[in-house]
Amino acid sequence: MGPRSRRSARQLRRRRRRPSDYLYFVLFAGPNVALITAFVYYPLFMNLNYSRLNWRIGADTAKVIGLDNYKEFFTSPTGLSVWKVTLIFTVCTVLGSMILGLIMAVVVNQKLPGTTFTRTALFSPYVLSGVGVALVWSFMFDPQMGILRYVFEWFGKSSPQWFLHDNTTLTAAIIVYVWKYLGYCTVLFFAGLQSIPQDLLEAARMDGASKAQTFFRVTLPLLSPTTFFLMVSMTLNAMQAFDILQILKPTGEGVNTFVFEIYRQSFGIYQRAGYASAISVVLFLTLALITVIQFRFVDRKVHYA
Amino acid sequence: MSTTTGSLPTPSRHRSSGRRTDSRRALSATLTGYLPMILALIVIAFPLLWMLSSSFKASSEIVTANPSFLPHRPTLRNYADVAGALPIGRLFANSAVVTIVGGGVKLLLAITTAYAVVFIDTIWSKFVFAFVLAALMFPGEAAIIPNYITIATMGGRNTLWGIILPGLGSAFGTFLMRQQFLTLPRSLLEAAEIDGAGHWRKLWRIVVPVSIPTIATVGLITIVTEWNSYLWPLIITDTPSHMTLPVGLNLLKSAESSTGVYGTLMAGATLIIVPILIIFAALQKYIVAGLTQGAVKE
Repeated sequence: MGPRSRRSARQLRRRRRRPSDYLYFVLFAGPNVALITAFVYYPLFMNLNYSRLNWRIGADTAKVIGLDNYKEFFTSPTGLSVWKVTLIFTVCTVLGSMILGLIMAVVVNQKLPGTTFTRTALFSPYVLSGVGVALVWSFMFDPQMGILRYVFEWFGKSSPQWFLHDNTTLTAAIIVYVWKYLGYCTVLFFAGLQSIPQDLLEAARMDGASKAQTFFRVTLPLLSPTTFFLMVSMTLNAMQAFDILQILKPTGEGVNTFVFEIYRQSFGIYQRAGYASAISVVLFLTLALITVIQFRFVDRKVHYA
Repeated sequence: MSTTTGSLPTPSRHRSSGRRTDSRRALSATLTGYLPMILALIVIAFPLLWMLSSSFKASSEIVTANPSFLPHRPTLRNYADVAGALPIGRLFANSAVVTIVGGGVKLLLAITTAYAVVFIDTIWSKFVFAFVLAALMFPGEAAIIPNYITIATMGGRNTLWGIILPGLGSAFGTFLMRQQFLTLPRSLLEAAEIDGAGHWRKLWRIVVPVSIPTIATVGLITIVTEWNSYLWPLIITDTPSHMTLPVGLNLLKSAESSTGVYGTLMAGATLIIVPILIIFAALQKYIVAGLTQGAVKE
């Protein structure tokens, strides 16, 4: 019934295509298309244009330096450190929130009182302001007045000076990010677990599979669409991280991911908008590549229940 | 008689083994259920409760070797300090305008664009939808330099419209609204067409009223995103009276970098976090549904 009625509806609409339809189409879709053109697609080309320049933002003149900005980003130590920080931050936050999210999804997938509340509560940090969250955590991390200090003391250690060293700064940022996003992963994995047909799990149990075997051989493969979606969306998310990082460490040492470096180079102390544009182009291309991979492989390489 | 005594042990053994599995089940429910749930709830909730509590503490209660969970003598001093350091009423109003006006227009654009690509049959419909959807691939973070030049040239620095304008185009919202509109039965609109209703009337009299839950979802997601947005307002404003709340709080942190001001910072964090937390608690069903949409294929 579905496809047939849709076809007849389409025929009906085709018969009724009128000149005024075009007027309404422009009226309804035009403003959105214009805004997206001006503030999403036009910047793509302008970034390409700016990326050839040695240029201070706001300056009237600039020198064309060809591909030097890209060369610097791909080969200089500061450029490579941005790649390294982005890679470590992305891998650790994606894996951390997904693994903890999966564990909590399995936990709240049991028939126990309080699971719905737990799911909602775990999800809540996802909607909160990154600035607010980072302010709260900068207090938690304070070596003198923060609560984490007491956790360390309980283990007989003293709190690290989190934001004095690059490695601990990055670790702190990863902790906050995982805290904020693990509930999102929990809710999505939970939805995935709910969609697994019970009789499949029942059949595995009847065949004498242990709980662990059932989980790794049946549940996990059947969750792969969710896993794949989360991997892509969390990666995109982490690569766009800025607010938490900038509040935790305003100068950016240790946490200068792609977006933070774009900000630092163009609007921070360096004022190198051309170089920042080159990083923007690389960021565009990386994110677009990940999205294309998602669309190409999501239907083929994963299991569907 | 003998049969009764002979059969008696069986149910009793059953019962005792049943009791044993019961207690084992209770133990495993505790270990694999309640324990991790409580642990996770503490980890998630504690920082937020600590923020709230500390925002009412005097600084002597924050700079102490033995902090207590609740403030001994609750004070509004920290909130007064925030108001002393920043034009907090103005920041709040700016954030509210950006959220409501920006979010409202964005929602409207999502509805009309989705209506156009689903219900108005032109040769452009498919192309326009692809064009809008592809914008999802290109995040605003990578467009800040050209957009800064555009808005600054238009004179939009330190203005509310300068904060709002670049983010008005709606890709994700259009996508969610389109998914909803595709589920509407055609017969609904055909009846109105026979009555001679044009697109404008069909949109507002039929399509919008039956799509209220999705509109609420898209609206709420937009509100949350706008309220929390940081990078763009940070770049396009540099005078406190034109800033939004997150940008102002950044100023508060860099202004008061010495220790002992955590009470003030927690008061600031409370002002930005609690409104969204209240909205989330009241309407979480819509928000979770929207933010997780597209993840689970049916």
